[in-house]
Amino acid sequence: MKTFLDFEKPVAELENRIAELRSAAEGDDVDISNELQRLELKSADLLRNTYCNLTPWQKTQVARHPLRPHFRDYVEQIFDDFMPLGGDRTYGEDEAILGGFAKLNGRRVMLIGHEKGNDTKSRIRHNFGMGKPEGYRKAIRLMEMAGRFGLPVVTLVDTSGAFPGIEAEERGQAEAIARSTEACLALPVPMVATIVGEGGSGGAVALASAERVLMLEHAVYSVISPEGCASILWRTAEKAPDAAEAMKITAQQLAQLNVIDRIIEEPVGGAHRDPAGAASALGQAIGEELDALVGKPADELRRIREDRFLAIGTN
Amino acid sequence: MSWFNKVRNSLPFLPKRESPDTLWIKCPGCQEMIFAREYHDNLEVCPRCDHHGRIGADRRLEQMLDAGYEVLPQPEVREDPLKFRDTKPYVQRLKQARAKNPHRDAYTVGSGMIEGNPAVIGVQDFGFMGGSMGMAVGTAFCAGAQRALERGCAYIVVTAAGGARMQEGILSLMQMPKATVMTRRLREAGLPYIVVLTDPTTGGVTASYAMLGDVQIAEPGALIGFAGQRVIQDTIREKLPEGFQRAEYLHRHGMVDMVVERGNLRSTLATMLDYLQPRAAA
Repeated sequence: MKTFLDFEKPVAELENRIAELRSAAEGDDVDISNELQRLELKSADLLRNTYCNLTPWQKTQVARHPLRPHFRDYVEQIFDDFMPLGGDRTYGEDEAILGGFAKLNGRRVMLIGHEKGNDTKSRIRHNFGMGKPEGYRKAIRLMEMAGRFGLPVVTLVDTSGAFPGIEAEERGQAEAIARSTEACLALPVPMVATIVGEGGSGGAVALASAERVLMLEHAVYSVISPEGCASILWRTAEKAPDAAEAMKITAQQLAQLNVIDRIIEEPVGGAHRDPAGAASALGQAIGEELDALVGKPADELRRIREDRFLAIGTN
Repeated sequence: MSWFNKVRNSLPFLPKRESPDTLWIKCPGCQEMIFAREYHDNLEVCPRCDHHGRIGADRRLEQMLDAGYEVLPQPEVREDPLKFRDTKPYVQRLKQARAKNPHRDAYTVGSGMIEGNPAVIGVQDFGFMGGSMGMAVGTAFCAGAQRALERGCAYIVVTAAGGARMQEGILSLMQMPKATVMTRRLREAGLPYIVVLTDPTTGGVTASYAMLGDVQIAEPGALIGFAGQRVIQDTIREKLPEGFQRAEYLHRHGMVDMVVERGNLRSTLATMLDYLQPRAAA
C-alpha cells in the first residue's frame, strides 16, 4: 500500500483517478490510452514540481517517511558480503546502530550506521534508530579496528537522536557520543559519512565527524528536532514548521553553510518511490568520495578532517 | 532599592549606601535569607544548606586563579549567519544578554596560575543565554585550548550550559566536533585536560568537551546529563529516580571522578596539577 504525505494529496488524487480510469476501461473497447497518457504525464510533472519545492518541514516528513530506505535496505542494494559485528564488550549489543565489514564495488570498508526498522517488530528491535551508549561504544570499537587494519569507514546516518532514557544516562550516553565523535576525528583512514534520512543532533554527529559529509537530497540534519526547537523557543510543538524553516536543516541550505560537501540526488518523488535508484546513486557517490581519499597519509586525512570543523563558523 | 537610595546613590558627592535588597539574598536552595557578604565570602555557596549557586565567569576566575591572571579577549565570530528568528530575532536576544553581562558571549578564558601551577581556565556562564554553545562559545573554547598548548600547561574547563544554542542551528552542533579537535590536540601534546561540571551541564555540551576530561570533577548537586528530564519522562513515561542526573548520582554510576565542594576546588585542582605534569616538561 502506498503512503501519501499531506502535501502529496494532489498527486495522490491524480494517481487515484488514473487507477480508476484504468480499471473502468478494463474489458471495455473505448480507447482511453491518450487520456491515460495525458494524466500520467501530468501526475509525473506534479510530483516533480512538488519535490523541487519542498519546504524544510515537508523534507522532514520525507526524511521520516515510513517507506524510506534504511541502513539494511542500502546494505542489500549496494554493499556486498556484509558481515555484521556485534557488541561493545562492556554492556551489550545495540541494534539501533549496526556495523561490520562490507564491500562497496570491491572496496573493503567498515560500514556503520543507524537502522530504524521498517515494521513494528523491527522498529522496536532497532529502537527506532535511537542509539544507546553501547551502540556508540560498538561504533568506537569498530572504528578503532578499521583504523588498525586500514579499512576506510563509511557511515550511514539516520536517527532522530540518541535515546533519551534513564539507563542510557546511567551508562553515560553523553560520554559515549563524545568518545564516538573523538574516534571519528582520530581515524587514520578515510571516512565518508552520509546523512541518508534524519541527522538528529549529537546522536548523528557521533557518526558524522568525517572529512567528507554527504547528504541525500531530501535528508535533514539539525541540532534539535523541529518539534523540540519549537517547544522550547515558541513554547509549542505546533510551531515545528517555523522552527524547521528557521534552523536551516535541508541539504541545500547546509551545503551553502559549508557544513556538508555533497548532495546526492534522489529519484523523482523521493527515495521511497525508488529505493533501488536512491541506493545506486548513494553507492556511486560514496565510491567516488572514497576513491578521492584512498592513499592519502593518515596525518593528511586527520588534518583535512580537523580543518573542516575548525573552519565552521569562520567562513 | 528605594527611590530615596536611588537618588542618593546617583549623587556623586555622597558615599553610596547599600540598600537592604543588596544586603540580603534568598538562597535558591533552602529559600532562607542570607547575608550577601557572607554568601560572597562563602564563594556563593549557601552557608546553611550548602547549595552551590550559579556564578558568572569573572567571579569564577577570581575564585580559582591566583591574583594577576589574564582574561583573553573573546574571539570574533560570524554573528547570526542564519538570520534566526523565533518569537524574537536572535540578534535582539544577543543584545539583551550582552546588556546584562560584562562579556560578549557565554565563554570566557582566563590564563594564570592555580596555587602556583600554570593553568588556562575556560568558564561557561549560564547567565548568558543559558550558557548555550554556539560559534562564539566553541571558538572561545578552542582559543583557550590553543593558549594552553602555547603555554604548555593544563586546560581546565568549568562547564554550565543548557546545551547547544538553537538559534545557530547546525552551526552550534558543529561546535561538538570542533571542540573535540582541540581536546585531542591537548592529549597529543601531553597536556592535562580537566573538566569541572557545574549546575547545569546538559545536551550537546555534555556530549562533547564536557565528558572528555582526563579527570572529571563535579560540583555538589549539579544537574548533569545528556537528555533533558522532561524529554526522558515523555519518552519512557516512568518516574525518574531520586537524585537522577545529579552530581552524586553520576559519581555513583562512574561518570565523574569526584564531587568537590567549591571551597575545596582550588586546592584539589592544585594537587591534581602537581601530578599531571605536562609530559614534555618532565
